[in-house]
Amino acid sequence: MASIETRSHSFDASSILRSTHKHDDPVEPCLKVENLNLYYGKKQALHGINMEMPKKKVTAFIGPSGCGKSTLLRCINRMNDLVDGVTIDGKILLHDENIFDKSVNVAALRRRVGMVFQKPNPFPKSIFENVTYGLRIQGINDKRILEETVETSLRGAALWDEVKDRLNDNALGLSGGQQQRLVIARAIAIAPEVLLLDEPASALDPISTLKIEELINELKEKFTIVIVTHNMQQAARVSDYTAFMYMGELIEMGATSQLFTKPTKKQTEDYITGRYG
Amino acid sequence: MIKTWFKSGSPWIWLNAAAVSTCLIMVVGILGLIMARGAGHFWAAPIVQLSYQEDDGQVKTIIGEHVDTTITPALMAKSTGFKMADNEDVLVQYLMKTGNRDLTGADFRWIQERNIKAQSQPESLIVIERREWGNFYGNLTAVKEGENVIATGEKAWDVLQERLKVALELHEHIAHLEKKEIGAINYGLDKLRLEQRALELKGKWNDQTAKEFADKKAAYDVDYKKYQAQLGELYQKVRRDSLVATTESGAELSIPLSKVVDISQPNKMGFFTKVGRYFAKLGEFLSEDPREANTEGGIFPAIFGTIMMVIMMSIIVTPFGVIAAVYLREYAKQGFTTRLIRIAVNNLAGVPSIVYGVFGLGFFVYILGGSIDKLFYPESAPAPVFGTPGLMWASITLALLTLPVVIVSTEEGLARVPKAIREGSLALGATKIETLWKTVLPMASPAMMTGLILAVARAAGEVAPLMLVGVVKLAPTLPLDGNYPFLHLDRKFMHLGFHIYDVGFQSPNVEAARPLVYATSLLLVVVIIGLNLAAILIRNHLREKYRALEG
Repeated sequence: MASIETRSHSFDASSILRSTHKHDDPVEPCLKVENLNLYYGKKQALHGINMEMPKKKVTAFIGPSGCGKSTLLRCINRMNDLVDGVTIDGKILLHDENIFDKSVNVAALRRRVGMVFQKPNPFPKSIFENVTYGLRIQGINDKRILEETVETSLRGAALWDEVKDRLNDNALGLSGGQQQRLVIARAIAIAPEVLLLDEPASALDPISTLKIEELINELKEKFTIVIVTHNMQQAARVSDYTAFMYMGELIEMGATSQLFTKPTKKQTEDYITGRYG
Repeated sequence: MIKTWFKSGSPWIWLNAAAVSTCLIMVVGILGLIMARGAGHFWAAPIVQLSYQEDDGQVKTIIGEHVDTTITPALMAKSTGFKMADNEDVLVQYLMKTGNRDLTGADFRWIQERNIKAQSQPESLIVIERREWGNFYGNLTAVKEGENVIATGEKAWDVLQERLKVALELHEHIAHLEKKEIGAINYGLDKLRLEQRALELKGKWNDQTAKEFADKKAAYDVDYKKYQAQLGELYQKVRRDSLVATTESGAELSIPLSKVVDISQPNKMGFFTKVGRYFAKLGEFLSEDPREANTEGGIFPAIFGTIMMVIMMSIIVTPFGVIAAVYLREYAKQGFTTRLIRIAVNNLAGVPSIVYGVFGLGFFVYILGGSIDKLFYPESAPAPVFGTPGLMWASITLALLTLPVVIVSTEEGLARVPKAIREGSLALGATKIETLWKTVLPMASPAMMTGLILAVARAAGEVAPLMLVGVVKLAPTLPLDGNYPFLHLDRKFMHLGFHIYDVGFQSPNVEAARPLVYATSLLLVVVIIGLNLAAILIRNHLREKYRALEG
């Protein structure tokens, strides 16, 4: 295993997290990243990441393109396993269980950690079948349960009213924004603990984007949400905590209000004031 | 000037348009030719009666159908031995189908137009389609029951129609008895013989089984005797009536009605009667067995064999091709080996089909089939069951031949399924195999169908390998019938492509068979188009259903 580099400017987010929230409710971390290094072949893409993501809060990853924020996100449900030549060392703890452990069932992990992608990717099936896909994979075929789940999930994704009369239509007939909310409904139908959103609004128009952001605010009551976004305003609007990443390193992490107003690092300040990125 | 014209790109467009139109003209030309030659075969042509002066000055009557005309320039005609007058520029010759092969030895005759003295189309002329000896052309004189004449002259035609109807019904009854009932008995007896042999080989043949078998055989014998008696009666009935007709030379000929398929007076027919007759003949062509070394009658067994073979081939090739493609694309580690396999698969598509035939014969028929016979059918020895060409080996050989097409297009289909869809499924907790079954394969199914369409198009038209692994000139039984186990994969079968070759080039009566070659070709094209259309409809349906995300 490659030795874990500890650089002078690498940043321990957990201490900040605790320090800024002393007066609030004690924040219970849901996910903990410990000394995570990721290599694409020989090229290192993530350098010694340490951070905590609190339960039922929205954590946003910001940073310029190619900084590794999506890569980090995809580590959390082990999507990077699919990429050839990826090696990972370090740990990600989901409730104190290392997800990279050999004993972990990847499919079961992904049921606990749902994911929504940048571009809406509904299956070429009916709306109903899209939402029930995850359940059917688990062998749940009871029609009553499926119907209930479809309704609650679609309501949860604020899509029910728009599609309740055409659940059997092909999902590809929906608009982009509707498709993205359908994909969110599909993800929450299997009741995950964590929801990973990979730039969920970047392919959408402003109105759809607004709807998705409102939705994120509602969803955080039930799920721990990690969102990757290009858009700093969006991070400021939807997240409770923000992590700024640059060149595969976590530069700074803190409560969103603090990070955007009083960043402690020069690089963060430069980025959020638009000096580079 | 020229330079700007080149730069404008219009010569390029013209070139493209010319290439496309050349292709179109060729395709339409081929289809048009086949259609014109093949479809005309069933039209009732008028019969002409000619008074013809032979070169030696003798005048005689010729009755027949005009088939073809050739015009030879005088010089060329002279050099081939014709005597040409000075004022004649060309020699016009007609090919006449005069039939009556039993009397004259040939169905066709070339005559020279200049020797025709008179020409007419008497309505009384009849053409008789016979089960043997081809067509008869002439005049009806009388109808006989046994030795007694029961009708002559005008009345004869109507009486003949009635009698013929009865005779045809009897004939059908006889054919049914012989093929279905007695055929089943023979099949049963043969099975009994094999069972007995199997028991003997196992050493389990004893007095008790011997008695059982004797009882079963006796039961079959009783049935057989019953049918035999029925047949005897029917044969007597059907042989009773006959007709008397005169040929063009005035000779009288007695033809038993049992030998007659059809009698008509084409010169008497109106247009609509002819149209009706056209479709009746076409129906016969499609639904009946061939007669007279395939030069007459229908081609139903060949159509049936072709379709059966293609369906069997599809059933075999699709799963194999899809599984291979899934492994290559989804599971195998992409690298040198997979690239090598892909190159090999692509090259397999370029191997001449006869090589597959040789391989099929050598490996499937002799080695595999031989082993199967040894293991499972020792009682049939020395007669082979699967160790001889048959439907199964033909289907497998063609499946092998078309496998590359299915693999390549399935792989393309799998590659086209967007990564986002796979990730979406995996992110919902599906395993790789679940993702494959529930999402990826359905989305790749239109591509699989495309592969199958190409495979069908190739397989249905293939003849060369089939000649080695299962096709025969004349198969006495269809590979699918009412005798258990219904589908007989070991049987040999007939095939339209081979039928064309056989009728066109191997038949004793090429001239008579030529229209059939065109008709059969037309049908082969229609069958392939039909099979393809079916597959295309299924594919379009799938495409609509699994319309994927763009990009």
